[in-house]
Amino acid sequence: MQGFLHQLLSGVANGGIYASLALALVMIYQATHHVNFAQGAMAMFSTYIAWALSDAGVPYWAAFGLTLLFSFLAGVAIERIIIRPVERGPALTIVIVFVGLLLILNSLAGWIFSYTIKILPSPFPSTAWYGSKYLSPHEVGMIVVTLAILILVFLFFRFTPLGLAMRAAAQNPVSSRLVGIRVGWMLAFGWGLAAAIGGVAGMMAAPIVYLDPDMMSGILLYGFAAALLGGIDNPWGAVLGGFFVGVLENIAGAYVVGTELKLTVALVIIVSVLVFKPAGLFGRTLVARV
Amino acid sequence: MKAIVNESSPVEAVTHRLSPAIWRRLVITAIMAAACILPFAISGYHVSQFSQVLIYAIAMLGLNILTGFNGQISLGHGAFYAIGAYTTAILLDKTGIPYWATVPIAGAICLSTGFLFGLPALRLEGLYLALATLALAVATPQILKFKGFDYWTGGVQGIQVDSPTALFGLPLDTDRRIYYFCLIWTVALVIIASNLLRGRTGRAMIAIRDHPLAAATMGINTALYKSLTFGVSAMYTGIAGALGAILSAYVSPDSFPVFLSIKFLVGSVVGGIASISGAFIGALLIEFTPNFAEQISKAAPDAIYGIILIGLMYLMPTGAIGILNLITARLRRGGSRQAPILHRKT
Repeated sequence: MQGFLHQLLSGVANGGIYASLALALVMIYQATHHVNFAQGAMAMFSTYIAWALSDAGVPYWAAFGLTLLFSFLAGVAIERIIIRPVERGPALTIVIVFVGLLLILNSLAGWIFSYTIKILPSPFPSTAWYGSKYLSPHEVGMIVVTLAILILVFLFFRFTPLGLAMRAAAQNPVSSRLVGIRVGWMLAFGWGLAAAIGGVAGMMAAPIVYLDPDMMSGILLYGFAAALLGGIDNPWGAVLGGFFVGVLENIAGAYVVGTELKLTVALVIIVSVLVFKPAGLFGRTLVARV
Repeated sequence: MKAIVNESSPVEAVTHRLSPAIWRRLVITAIMAAACILPFAISGYHVSQFSQVLIYAIAMLGLNILTGFNGQISLGHGAFYAIGAYTTAILLDKTGIPYWATVPIAGAICLSTGFLFGLPALRLEGLYLALATLALAVATPQILKFKGFDYWTGGVQGIQVDSPTALFGLPLDTDRRIYYFCLIWTVALVIIASNLLRGRTGRAMIAIRDHPLAAATMGINTALYKSLTFGVSAMYTGIAGALGAILSAYVSPDSFPVFLSIKFLVGSVVGGIASISGAFIGALLIEFTPNFAEQISKAAPDAIYGIILIGLMYLMPTGAIGILNLITARLRRGGSRQAPILHRKT
């Protein structure tokens, strides 16, 4: 029972990472109906920035903040420069541009920071009082940070004029433009926010999976699974999906399929959600008019 | 969809000494002749590089059939390549089947696997199919490493494969033997693909890509054609994988990372995703770019692929073949004729 409880809780902790990444995916999906295949690579790159900063002697939380700022600006820049020209293109074009972006970010990270594995230390000391036999301090910290980010994002969208404008731009671009919202920039801000949230996921994941240019490919898969499970057009669903996938992955890894087949769990979740309930658990069913 | 306008009058057609069809045949004959004598002009290592080019070309041809002609996006064809490779390796390792007979078996297994994966894929469109296939590609190495299959797959160590020892009793060394073996398969598969795509089946596939609803209205069994296309496409890539296993004489889970699938997509797109000959241009690019680019940095090939991909999407979505068609059309007709570009739904 104790072992089970441990697996369950660390599943929740991992789920926090998936939830953040899923939230980042959903933010971009809501605004543009694109599934960002480069989200993992963007998060990985942000994590490298955090590593470089803390390697240069910047204290962890300052590096954290600077990385978020950098990720936000980089996200905005990517939307304005790379994504905008193909925004309305066919699905194939968009997939290919995302794949190109993924390749560029991956190789840039390898080029600048080399392929040797780096270690980004955890900001939560391993002997802290909030650690227990069920959860290590880093896992507790991970849950707290993820929840804090989620609450901040919620407050931002719910209570600030900019958040309102961004929601409006995503929901009804034409009317938003008529009332004076700069829809193009709102999409770019959405990308920036998504990049920053992804960066948080990367920095929280780094002490667990170590830093290398491929570190996020598995995590991105769980992020996709979470977003799809919760409904890719529903931020709350995606967050719940993230925690659910985290728990499911851990339990299945510990008791059902073994740790080697953990990624297959994500594959099974993705394919079965897409086949049996494409809208996800909390998403809206889309009815296409022909 | 824009119709292809052909404004050439009979008078103009006469003024050309050679019709495009004859030109085409000449070019193909020349390329075939070059491909046949090539192994005797270069050294052993380069011969196996060109065998790899042929193998990549077959794999990309499979991807082109699926993505270019049928509009189903796959980011996971590396998985079918891996299935083909492992089928051949296991058959050679565990049974006494001769190497040439393992390739069609690998093809058949991939055909059925692809068909089965094509069935759930029917419900997925565009981005979602890309997502599901990407998940397949990411999970493949882990599934291959799975302990329960150790007896068959050799686990993390993989399987050593013996190189073929004979090809029709011809006096060739191993590299050249494999090259000609691949060449025979390439020619056969290209002929099959071009006949398939030119006929009724191919038109049905293109119709489904351009307008699924209209295609269904015209009486095309969309579901059957889409899953069959998935099967055929997987078969091509699986055969390529089988040949790849014979060429490299070794398979292991880490030879099939997710980047293999992405590499196929890059090659297909650069060559021209809705074309047969584009696959060969893409294969040349994929095989030889790393040679040049790795002198700059280990990371350079991927960066170059990425930049080429995004650049092509902005400037020339039909790839290298699109550019070639445009140039030949201009040269032939002084620029008045529209290049025969396959228009994608926009």
